[in-house]
Amino acid sequence: MNAPAGFQRFVEVFFDGAIIDRYLPDLLSAMVTTLWLGAIIIVTGVAVGLVLACLRSLQVWWLTVPIVMFADILRALPPLVLILIFYFGLPGLGVMMSGPLVLFIVLAAVLAAFCEEIFWAGLTALPRGQWEAGRATGMSFAQTLIWVALPQAVRMGVPSLVNRSLAITKMTALGSVIGVKEVLAVSSSAQAMSGSATPLTMAAAAYLAIFLPAVILARWLERRFSWKV
Amino acid sequence: MAQTPMLEITALEKRFGTVEVLRSIDLKVGRGELVFVIGPSGSGKSTMLRCCNRLEEPTSGSIFIDGRNIVNCPAAELNRLRLQTGMVFQGFHLYPHMSVVRNVMLAQIKALKRDKVTARTRAMDMLDRVGLAHKADAMPSELSGGQQQRVAIARALALNPKVMLFDEPTSALDPELVGSVLKVMKDLRAEGMTMLVVSHEMAFAREAADRVVFMDGGVVVEQGPPEAIFGNPQHDRTRAFLSRVSHHAGAE
Repeated sequence: MNAPAGFQRFVEVFFDGAIIDRYLPDLLSAMVTTLWLGAIIIVTGVAVGLVLACLRSLQVWWLTVPIVMFADILRALPPLVLILIFYFGLPGLGVMMSGPLVLFIVLAAVLAAFCEEIFWAGLTALPRGQWEAGRATGMSFAQTLIWVALPQAVRMGVPSLVNRSLAITKMTALGSVIGVKEVLAVSSSAQAMSGSATPLTMAAAAYLAIFLPAVILARWLERRFSWKV
Repeated sequence: MAQTPMLEITALEKRFGTVEVLRSIDLKVGRGELVFVIGPSGSGKSTMLRCCNRLEEPTSGSIFIDGRNIVNCPAAELNRLRLQTGMVFQGFHLYPHMSVVRNVMLAQIKALKRDKVTARTRAMDMLDRVGLAHKADAMPSELSGGQQQRVAIARALALNPKVMLFDEPTSALDPELVGSVLKVMKDLRAEGMTMLVVSHEMAFAREAADRVVFMDGGVVVEQGPPEAIFGNPQHDRTRAFLSRVSHHAGAE
């Protein structure tokens, strides 16, 4: 096989124009699925994580113990295991959930577990004097938490929050195992039907189109929210 | 004094576990008085100061501010009572994520429920008073230590406290920046603010204090006008401390 022929073969396998034309509409709608799933997972996960960290800051054992257990267990388990249990196991108890719902619940919960730890780390890293300054000026615990402590904890956590959010959002690809029509599921079934690797190239391109701007946005966020103390 | 003192501490005790940090402290600060608390580190003076707004919980005893005992007040009222005392910390503790003027506005809005316009006007007045109105929109990290401490003073003053508590306000400052903070304190005294100051600035105590209190080992060893404490201390511990300090400071 000479060089030009090898190149042509490469293009045929990975960039077959006819295949791209045929599967592009499906893939575009899969991108939409991945995007909205990712968006609600990030919003829910970060919000729940924030609330959990705030509850933990109250330092009462009957809140702290379940929160720490939740965070530790969900961070330890591979999300795929949870997804399979929820999708294939729970129906045995009569709990039926659609693929997207399972994917959303599991990934949002896992992200919430990581976010809780990130926010909590930020809160504990805060100098005690910040709390004292707030309380000494007559603000309540909640006011000091919301206006003094959390904004700083969030800023400290932005790099980790962004990385973790992207990592978890990429796991929407696990939805392919339970029939969620997201990017990887659609492209791998297209690959099986057509026998061409081109749909997988399209999937890679689709993920880049979604996540590359997200990574750039993340970089901007990190710069925007960093400041000298 | 005919009037009740602005701040009165009686029989104050503080224990951390079995360690006695404060023992039977009695101390009065009259209206418009500047009282200086000196003593070696570990003498309990900062703990006593922090009891006055209950950042530290007293084990027993009473602390009256303007005639009202803050020790037995219910937790729900604590936030309101804390507004009566303005606290200035050794480490400034400005909020690094907000501008100078927002630092001074925050508690006014959240704790005093002032509206934003009123709070901003008040904040600008206070910043002007400490000579930093031109830094209103700067971030704390852009200020020198002395400027940060003056903002912290403005933040406390903005809440109309009855007493200002200073916990080693100049100890974290470079020597050349100390003067600007002391000047603000002197101005406050001239305006009649009641102040309780824990500090090592002996020269300033001598010049500006109405009374000096010497603490050691968790008790008030002696107190009196600065001339008496510095010029003619009655206790060996006071003499030993003062000679140590003046030795250290060089030309006292």
